[in-house]
Amino acid sequence: MQIELTINDKAVKWEVANDEFLADTLRSHGFLSVKKACDTSCCGLCTVWMDGKSMLSCSVLSLRAHGKKITTIEGLPKEAEEFAQILSAEGAEQCGFCSPGFIMSVLAMKNELVNPTEEEIIHYLTGNLCRCTGYMGQLRAIKIYLGVA
Amino acid sequence: MFTILDLVQPDNLAEAYQILSDKRNNTILGGCAFLKMGKKRINTGVDLTKLKLNYIQETDGFIEIGAMTSLRDIETHPLLTEHYNGVLPQSLRDIIGVQFRNGVTVGASVYSKYGFSDLITALLSLDTEVELFKAGRMPLADFLSKPKEKDLLVRLWIKKTKRQASYLSFRNSASDYAVLNVAVSMLNNRWTIAVGARPSKAAIAISASALLSLEGATSETIEEAAKRTSEELSFGTNTRGTATYRKALCRALVKRGIMEVLACKSN
Ligand SMILES: Cc1cc2nc3c(=O)[nH]c(=O)nc-3n(C[C@H](O)[C@H](O)[C@H](O)COP(=O)(O)OP(=O)(O)OC[C@H]3O[C@@H](n4cnc5c(N)ncnc54)[C@H](O)[C@@H]3O)c2cc1C
Ligand code: FES
Ligand code: FES
Repeated sequence: MQIELTINDKAVKWEVANDEFLADTLRSHGFLSVKKACDTSCCGLCTVWMDGKSMLSCSVLSLRAHGKKITTIEGLPKEAEEFAQILSAEGAEQCGFCSPGFIMSVLAMKNELVNPTEEEIIHYLTGNLCRCTGYMGQLRAIKIYLGVA
Repeated sequence: MFTILDLVQPDNLAEAYQILSDKRNNTILGGCAFLKMGKKRINTGVDLTKLKLNYIQETDGFIEIGAMTSLRDIETHPLLTEHYNGVLPQSLRDIIGVQFRNGVTVGASVYSKYGFSDLITALLSLDTEVELFKAGRMPLADFLSKPKEKDLLVRLWIKKTKRQASYLSFRNSASDYAVLNVAVSMLNNRWTIAVGARPSKAAIAISASALLSLEGATSETIEEAAKRTSEELSFGTNTRGTATYRKALCRALVKRGIMEVLACKSN
């Protein structure tokens, strides 16, 4: 079927299969920041926004994007770069494979929570796994980024 | 991976139900996170997007929740954070992560009667009714005990009361399925104790709930109600815990749950 959506503020019409998932559609159209790792809703690497809400693109049918505004990290270069610099300065990135999904979640959290506590930050991000780091660097980076350090 | 041969987006519930019933493999599509984990070959996928079932509202003394509402909407909606001590949001907070809860739906979560469900246990401790397209409206406890029939869950109705409630779960690691979960509630000194992830589906401890309701909550009756709950309900063994372990956990969590409700009352 054909879906019409906005991807990073650009209107597009895409042909998708009934059982196609959004992560695959996005990657096939060149949005390679969208990673797929577990493919079972457990790791958060495939996080994108749908109408401003973070979603696991590996588990959302592409047809559900019809009429929606999809945002990937390619659509947020300024915000992503600002936070990514803090991440690397805090030594919170190793292979970097989890970073696009993680950054999309952090930016969604920034929009949703006002002055979150450490516990709220940790809880908000439980859906984003990282196999390299120990999360402490990321927590430091988030606190600096949000100005709650 | 599951496959979907045809896809329909019906304009009304009757049409959705008709298509669902037409063939054995026709299937309602919720958020699809659970369907995706299986290998089902779906003949016609019934997408409810056009039916506007994504809402939470107050109607005639009930909180009404449409089947396509996401778990995250339940977690953050003021009607649910401000009622029953936020027991529903509390029950959802450990299910994977925010992005996951933004995508999965309440209709699928209740209709599927998952044994591990956090939400069903919490709903069972409240005055919850389930509305199905064909079978109609019934108490959640009746729905859970009915044999599974193909139907379309349309919405939930939760009586809007001043019921005080508490939810507790025990997990081996964050965002894993619960080893056991417990919800306790009280309205006008009538108590309800519900236990889920036994690992079979949630059930109300009828005798223990009656004991507290009849004799009031004292340190002795609380101990007795916790013990009775662990004795009247059955527990099983799976990779997350043994039946014996669950029984012991049940006693501890029920006691804590009752104490939490009492603490709410005195606030
Ligand atoms: C990896 C993973 C971990 C999870 N962990 C937990 C957990 O810890 N605690 C917990 O409580 N839950 C957990 N869940 C379950 C989750 O919360 C949802 O309940 C589940 O994913 C179903 O929601 P869905 O919208 O994805 O449904 P779908 O996958 O779309 O559908 C599931 C079933 O429900 C049917 N269905 C959907 N909507 C309706 C309707 N309106 N009427 C009738 N039938 C319908 C579908 O046909 C299908 O058979 C987990 C799920 C996954 C995938
Ligand atoms: S790839 Fe989507 S959650 Fe892991
Ligand atoms: S930096 Fe390697 S998975 Fe996170």
